[in-house]
Amino acid sequence: MRKLFAILGALMRNPQGALGLVLFLLLLALVVLGPVLAPADPESFNYGARFAAPSLEFPLGTDWYGRDLLSRVMSGARSTVLLALLATGIGTVAGALIGVLSGYLGGGADEVVMRLNDAVMAIPGLLFALMIIAVLGSSSINAVIAIGIAQTPGMARVARSVTLQVRALDYVSAARARGEPTSWIVLAEILPNTIAPIIVEATIRVAFAVMTLATLSFLGLGAQPPSPEWGLMIAEARSHLFRSPWPIIVPGAAIALVAVTFNLLGDGLRDVLNPRSGGH
Amino acid sequence: MSVTFLIRRLFYLVLTAIVVSMIVFGVTQVLPANAAQMILGEYATEEALAVLNARLGLDEPAVVQYWHWLSGALTGDFGTSLRTSQPVAPVIMEAFGRSALLAGFSLGLVVLISIPLGAVAALRRGRATDLAVSFVSYLGVSLPEFVLATLLLVWLAGPSVGLFPASGYISFLVDPLDALHHIALPVITLTIILTAHISRMVRSEMVDTLGSDFVRAARLRGLSRRRVIVNHALRNSLLPAITVIALDVGYLIGGVIVVEEVFSFPGLGRQLILAIQNRDLPMLQAGALVMAMTYAVANLLADLAYAALDKRIQFE
Repeated sequence: MRKLFAILGALMRNPQGALGLVLFLLLLALVVLGPVLAPADPESFNYGARFAAPSLEFPLGTDWYGRDLLSRVMSGARSTVLLALLATGIGTVAGALIGVLSGYLGGGADEVVMRLNDAVMAIPGLLFALMIIAVLGSSSINAVIAIGIAQTPGMARVARSVTLQVRALDYVSAARARGEPTSWIVLAEILPNTIAPIIVEATIRVAFAVMTLATLSFLGLGAQPPSPEWGLMIAEARSHLFRSPWPIIVPGAAIALVAVTFNLLGDGLRDVLNPRSGGH
Repeated sequence: MSVTFLIRRLFYLVLTAIVVSMIVFGVTQVLPANAAQMILGEYATEEALAVLNARLGLDEPAVVQYWHWLSGALTGDFGTSLRTSQPVAPVIMEAFGRSALLAGFSLGLVVLISIPLGAVAALRRGRATDLAVSFVSYLGVSLPEFVLATLLLVWLAGPSVGLFPASGYISFLVDPLDALHHIALPVITLTIILTAHISRMVRSEMVDTLGSDFVRAARLRGLSRRRVIVNHALRNSLLPAITVIALDVGYLIGGVIVVEEVFSFPGLGRQLILAIQNRDLPMLQAGALVMAMTYAVANLLADLAYAALDKRIQFE
């Protein structure tokens, strides 16, 4: 716990990290309280105020049904951000387990696992996710699984390279000399010491997950109507493209802001947790 | 660059191709509905399904099916589309050509813009130019292609401005100017997004190189600023840039899929999305395989270029 506060303190002294952390906390509040804080009902139609520009009544304007865009974007934070975190969580846990185990075992097993891993990484991320969706069908949760699986090989690679560094350290040799079982060494000695770099990598990957999730929904392969998922909001706005730019700008800016948040937080954490990598 | 390195790298390419083809083929094996069912519809009789299954070879073991598909793919036969009943290969080849044009234009522009941009930002590190470049590229990295594409569509192709057509494709063989006009918006979208990615990397490499001992040594030897920057710093930052650009071909392929969808550009990405929506398996397999192999070959070329240019690296 003390260590956590120390990291948070260091993060606040780093300009990128501080900005990222503040935005992240605001985002967290929005995810938890979004639907409560929303000034209007995100689903209620106002036919008198279709395609309205931002005003006092509708701070970010309205869409083609006259629905309040601010309220829609606020209540959509949950579906976009939480699902992106879940997707990254799946990819991180799976990738870390594969990478740490492969790196620890070394030798032929490592060679085989990493060659396969490289081959899977040869499939571009979005394409891989699309193929998984083709198997599972289009829905939010399938999009989350697809992104999680697509992120696994990259994460495994990062986890493995960290493991190789940790494995060479004396305390691991000591554990081995004491005769500790492999599973114990991996879980208790190696995994905890690879966590910092893995968290940095995972944080930046949340930004990718948010963008990919929105992209899949935009392509009609993720969230389905009437969800206020941000990518889907833009997809639906395409039928009314030239009437008003606000139904596109508002969710688009929300996606970019969330991605910026996690990029800043990830860069800040990298500087704090690994000062040698340099902050440029 | 030694012969063994070349052979080893080619071996990895073949290995990658095999694994990718297995994954792509594996998709058909786990799909809930089978192809015969999709062709005949949900009211097909058991006998009709069995006959069609036998005709399509779907009653054979997965390994045999895979072998049929792979040997066909190697000779350029990707089967028949379930949606249009036309052979898949010509459709995919034509779409690939268009997508390659789109990607090629974008990649060319990206290299021309992002390398000088990243270098200038690194040279003016911490000053207004650097901050502006860094800020804009940070934004570009955080903006999904479909958002930028849709915004550009609204602003530049809308009825009030009408600078570019909103969608479609004209062949360069028919009318080069009109073709350029049609391809402009997709290319601009991809160029902006990729420039953001690559100029960030070039900047970071250049900052590292500028701080390195040999650049300092060159400065201390009294070489002109221009020579230090161009001959020493820039040249050594370009090597990692090659790798970064090759890796970004992966993003580019994702971007192409999205941008083609937004601008109704009839390329490989559009065929792929269409295939997924219609569960058109042969088309999906062929499209995915061609895309993944393009990426694998791009990475191979980058590795070879890197090895050829960097005398320090002796791949055994």
